[in-house]
Amino acid sequence: MLTLRALLFRVVVSSVLLWTGVITAKETGSFIEYWELTGNVALEGRYFPEKPRLSAQPYLTFATAFEPELYLEWDDGTQSLTLAPFFRFDSHDNQRTHFDIRELMWQWVGDAIELRAGVGKVFWGVTEGVHLVDIINQTDLVESPDGEDKLGQPMVNLDFVEDWGTLSLFLLPRTRLRTFPGPSGRLSTQPRVATDQVRFDSGAGRGHVDVAGRWSHVFGEFDVALSHFYGNTREPRFLPGRDALGQAVLIPLYERIHQTGLELQWTHDAWLWKLEAIRRAGQGDTFRALAAGFEYTFFGLAQTALDLGVVVEGYYDDRGETGTVIFQKDVLTALRLTLNDEQDTVVLAGVISDLDNGARFYSAEASRRLGDAWKLSLEARAWFDVPADDPLFSIRRDDYVQLRLAWFF
Amino acid sequence: MTRWLLCLALTLPLLEAAWAQVSQEQEFEEKGPEAKGLAIAQEMDKRDTGWRDSKAILTMVLRNRQGQETTRKMRASSLEVDGDGDKSLTIFDSPRDVKGTAFLSHTHAVKPDDQWLYLPALKRVKRISSANKSGPFVGSEFAYEDLTSQEVEKYTYKWLRDEILDGKDVFVIERYPVYKHSGYTRQVVWVDRAIYQPLKTEYFDRKNALLKTLTIGGYKQYLDRYWRPSTMNMVNHQTGKSTALTWADYAFATGSKDGDFHKNALKRAR
Repeated sequence: MLTLRALLFRVVVSSVLLWTGVITAKETGSFIEYWELTGNVALEGRYFPEKPRLSAQPYLTFATAFEPELYLEWDDGTQSLTLAPFFRFDSHDNQRTHFDIRELMWQWVGDAIELRAGVGKVFWGVTEGVHLVDIINQTDLVESPDGEDKLGQPMVNLDFVEDWGTLSLFLLPRTRLRTFPGPSGRLSTQPRVATDQVRFDSGAGRGHVDVAGRWSHVFGEFDVALSHFYGNTREPRFLPGRDALGQAVLIPLYERIHQTGLELQWTHDAWLWKLEAIRRAGQGDTFRALAAGFEYTFFGLAQTALDLGVVVEGYYDDRGETGTVIFQKDVLTALRLTLNDEQDTVVLAGVISDLDNGARFYSAEASRRLGDAWKLSLEARAWFDVPADDPLFSIRRDDYVQLRLAWFF
Repeated sequence: MTRWLLCLALTLPLLEAAWAQVSQEQEFEEKGPEAKGLAIAQEMDKRDTGWRDSKAILTMVLRNRQGQETTRKMRASSLEVDGDGDKSLTIFDSPRDVKGTAFLSHTHAVKPDDQWLYLPALKRVKRISSANKSGPFVGSEFAYEDLTSQEVEKYTYKWLRDEILDGKDVFVIERYPVYKHSGYTRQVVWVDRAIYQPLKTEYFDRKNALLKTLTIGGYKQYLDRYWRPSTMNMVNHQTGKSTALTWADYAFATGSKDGDFHKNALKRAR
């Protein structure tokens, strides 16, 4: 639980960091060759049309987010430092009101070697609907149920860029814990997740030093990557438990896992053929999961500037219904409409259907720039026919529409 | 006597150059219009070979039919590749919501280009299809195929006529895209005979109707050899929209390496 005092403390610390960065840049102009401060401030409103599961949960919520980024460069551009704190204030959910260092990364770029140390984000993967292979960062689930938002991960990362491919090695000295919406907010689980009772199977707990490596290469029309991760899982299992008041809770259990991942994309004409596969050991029985599909784009639809993309992906997880997995045998079908206009208008809408139990998850996102520095985004999510034994059952009434207005500086 | 020798020494290279020009054009004349068109394209390519690497700052002003303007700023680096198309990296500075987005292209003469896009908010490098050659580049009147490296093999050619354009001697050639997915049936190019660079291009759509006119100006010479324009104005006759592209701060021999145009370099592109 993040108390207000702890939050304030972190805000103060990060402000000091930010200021020392700026002051250093200005006073030692000869040392810092280039610096810039950019970022965005956003206002969001979310409307949940259905009656909540708990009377304390709201129909309408408001939130703000602030994400500045300071970038410093020196040593002929071979060294740099990036600092990107993130602040979120939510009108109802005190778990969603949070602060994170998304990035605090020093980087050195040599001829065929790149070294990074600090806190940062790394994305692995090719598919659109799920990200099976992506494992370096923890999901910041309070931000959005789609799991695309990530917490900053402490790391040391060494990249070797050679003719035979790029080899990336990672030391991850501290595990970030998944965030979960609080019981007073929508999109929370029943029973609630007791983030204050987190358990590990490793004696080192969240201080376990995780390691990861990834080789990636391009063979003509094929982009390939193979990776392995050993350490605390990013996807906890849940144990039934009780809180101090004797109420039932879900206790996250972080076990050490070995996960091997494969990413493959074949780009041919207007086709993108994609495949992600993993094998994970350490959380009960060893299991395999697969995501595969394509994106085909009709460029210049009907002699206009419009592009229409069709995305079809299938997901399979051999834990079947016994797992806590959402995508055990599912299919995504989506359309991506790109207007190619001055305002960069984009619409992405789709549905993920569970082939076993018939549950469906609808999602639509649209965004458009207003003027030079503003961006308006609309997001809608809805769940249909979710059976009682599905992990999504407790949020089945939390369909929502979100409007977001962001200003960029 | 020495004065005469000096004079001769000074004029000899000029005579040689003039003779080369005459013999080259005689060579063109002896061929048919197709061969002459190809020979002009080859000469354009030859004169623009050997620059190794370059950087420039691009400003695009997009104007719609009502005259409303939006501006895009980007930085482009290019690397010449022997026996293949160039590699280029474009980093967006504005609008601010797409700042940091980077576009990497490994172009090829006839086979499809390899293209990757870096999305900074997701830290994601995406391999994208290069089949959208005829699509608009960042909402402008320039299509991707108007801006990528112009390899000789990308077209077949035909010389149409010689004429004078704005007081300059020009070749007028027609070229026909060889590659699939081109949005054009043909392009008519006015080539400045003095510097072998295009001054104007007319683009004809798939129905062979005039679609766009590009006017190129402000050529300056770099490294005592390579000519680069400072303005490119594209007018779309069918929509009434136009895009003015300005090139500034050209730099050559910047020390760019092949590694700077590697897929892995995208995620640190600034």
